[in-house]
Amino acid sequence: MSLQTPLGKARGLGSAGNGVHHWWVQRLTAVALVPLGVWLLVSLLTLPSLDFVTLVSWISGTWTASLLTLFVLTASWHSSLGVQVILEDYVHDQGSKTISLVLSGFVHVVLAALGVFAVLRIAFGSPL
Amino acid sequence: MRARPLSPHMGIYRLTRYSLITSFANRITGGVLSVGLLAFIYWLTCLARGARAYARAEQVLESDLAKLFYAALIAAFAYHLVAGIRHLVWDTGRGLEKAQSQRSAWLVIAAALALTVGALWWAFRAREGV
Repeated sequence: MSLQTPLGKARGLGSAGNGVHHWWVQRLTAVALVPLGVWLLVSLLTLPSLDFVTLVSWISGTWTASLLTLFVLTASWHSSLGVQVILEDYVHDQGSKTISLVLSGFVHVVLAALGVFAVLRIAFGSPL
Repeated sequence: MRARPLSPHMGIYRLTRYSLITSFANRITGGVLSVGLLAFIYWLTCLARGARAYARAEQVLESDLAKLFYAALIAAFAYHLVAGIRHLVWDTGRGLEKAQSQRSAWLVIAAALALTVGALWWAFRAREGV
């Protein structure tokens, strides 16, 4: 069973070729988050302890710092897309909808920036 | 202008359908994980601020309420992970028949429960406190 329109099939695109972007990025980040999320959970569960020194030396590893950075970016992106859909579905007042969508977008960008900066700062060692 | 009906029409669904419950649970757990992301970033910034700042934050991070939250996060992650994989399979056009999706709904619930119990057992057994 194909859900594609005949015209879309002929052009090799969806309805407009562009509306699919949100859907596609949500799936792409979902696929990436399967290994990244499982890795993060298993890592945290298998660390010998969760005290400051153990955590900092764990995060300072090349692989950990890289994967954590990827996790922060991918999770923020995926979360942003998900919260966007929830707001679009349940906030009906046009004004509140626009404001909450903009706010959620900003918050997610700030979270991504904070997360990446924090990982790098831990990995490279604070100057103080 | 008369208000026109908007999707999703929350009032018209039978709330006990397996399809609705598994879909809505995916949304709820996704929302919980978004809050979890907020907490995770807070945790990272606390670590980045150094040992003394982290020691102060630990009072909040190691409270009973926080542990309850971590347990909820683990459960939400387990469900969202398995339900998300079900969605990815659907995206390939497979498993969309009614009987198949009914079966996978139960599979998702069972796998999410098993993963949650396993991870929680692991988390709270190996160390005192998460």
